[in-house]
Amino acid sequence: MADLKPYAALIGGRFRSATTYRASFAVELLTNAGATAVDVSTIFVLFHAAKVVGGFTLGEALLMTGLTASGFVLADLTVGNIDQLKTYVRMGTLDSVLVRPLGILPQLVIADLPLRKLMRFVVGLAVLVVAVASNDIAWTAGNVVLLIVAPLAGAVFFGSIFVLSASLAFWWVDSGEVGAAFTYGGRDFTSYPITVYGTWFRAIFAYGLGFGFVSYHPALTLLGRADPLGLPAWAGYLSPLVALAAAGIAGFVWRIGVRHYRSTGS
Amino acid sequence: MRASVATFGALMWSGFRRYATYRQATVAGSFTNIVFGFLRCYVLLAVAAGAAGGVAGGYDARQLATFVWVGQGLLNVVGLWGWNDLAERIRTGDIAADLLRPVPPVTAYLAADLGRAGYQTLTRFVPPVIVGALAFPLVAPSRWQTVPLFAASVLLAVVGCYGCRYLVNATAYWLGDARGPLMFWTLSSGVLAGLYFPLRLLPEWLTVTLWVATPIPGLLQTPLDVLVERDGPALQAGLVGLQAVWAVIMVALAGVVQRRAERKLVVQGG
Repeated sequence: MADLKPYAALIGGRFRSATTYRASFAVELLTNAGATAVDVSTIFVLFHAAKVVGGFTLGEALLMTGLTASGFVLADLTVGNIDQLKTYVRMGTLDSVLVRPLGILPQLVIADLPLRKLMRFVVGLAVLVVAVASNDIAWTAGNVVLLIVAPLAGAVFFGSIFVLSASLAFWWVDSGEVGAAFTYGGRDFTSYPITVYGTWFRAIFAYGLGFGFVSYHPALTLLGRADPLGLPAWAGYLSPLVALAAAGIAGFVWRIGVRHYRSTGS
Repeated sequence: MRASVATFGALMWSGFRRYATYRQATVAGSFTNIVFGFLRCYVLLAVAAGAAGGVAGGYDARQLATFVWVGQGLLNVVGLWGWNDLAERIRTGDIAADLLRPVPPVTAYLAADLGRAGYQTLTRFVPPVIVGALAFPLVAPSRWQTVPLFAASVLLAVVGCYGCRYLVNATAYWLGDARGPLMFWTLSSGVLAGLYFPLRLLPEWLTVTLWVATPIPGLLQTPLDVLVERDGPALQAGLVGLQAVWAVIMVALAGVVQRRAERKLVVQGG
């Protein structure tokens, strides 16, 4: 346990710095809860304009949104702040992280204590609960396990995407918001039934990058609905495998990236 | 008078040049705009396909696609997100140096922001619009007054957005740090400006209230509605007029807030 002490000290320091500007922090807390609420209300607005979107009803789509929201929020809460890596690389502050005898990834993960994102998690989970309640799900053992595993697998998957996107900065310091296309873009992609997207775009995001297994396929399995795109019913159970594969790739790229890193010298 | 015009021009040019140095970031940002363009366009087209008569919120499929792609192009021209220069200078105390200059901060930052918008019109506006036009059928304006009205509307959106951002940043004078207000701004401006979905999909009373009571729909929704000719010419001119009123109010408010802040400002640091 003594090994965790330095991390606890880091967390304590971040906690104090996060709460120094108290009014600003309070606004951050509330805004974070609002962020997920806005994503979800967008679904309601769109389904108000059309009863069926991409062949799915609001209730069915909400299950996909709920799985995405809870998985994404869990990833964002834990490793989401890694997207600050490009700033650390540019400013040269990554050096101070590298010289400490602690893990690089864990240090960066707690570098900006995501306390303000806690509220977001509550909202994300609430969406999933409402979505499950508003659908007629057969409570088989397989479905119960899937309902617990799918958000966790989603979190691991999104966490891997966060790490992969951030790793870009090791090679391309000025990568700007490219990472956001896959982290936040991936979240938006998985919030809707993938039947709404054009063929090649869907092929890249859903199957090339694996986003189809975050919420679309698990939701179909939970709903007991056949996939209009033709994948078998058990495809939903692939979500943890896809997540683990993503985590493996992310870990590999991250390690190469750290070795590739050259300080700016500042 | 001539001297101040020259100063304003020089500050604009410096804003233009500052953004022109981030060439890789320009490419990276356009890529992201394009990915989000595809995401939002497909979703809205699916909504239109599922809506009665293929029309959602009064827009047909072509108008929705145009709305999304031009919106992605305008996002950075208007500069909805990512400006915290002022808040940082307040937090670090560097703002003291700005106050010694002969040009008031609200004017100086406005000039630099117009320069920025000019550069981003050349670089960030065009790529998403071209990709969108290649991948989806878009609409071209049919009325002669649409293009000049759109140009005026974009300029007003830039100025109005600058005023809003200045006010959000200026909360740092009182709070010490504007991170919370900036996050709040990012969230509310995205949804209320019509970036995630056209506001016309909301109930009419809500859309009208947002338009009249807040400056935010004027930052994106108004220019886009003008361009896709969602309404008749008279209503379009009215919306741009409303946008102008809000732009003037926001910049004037920024000036008032700045002067109040200067009276109480205690610069931190050495």
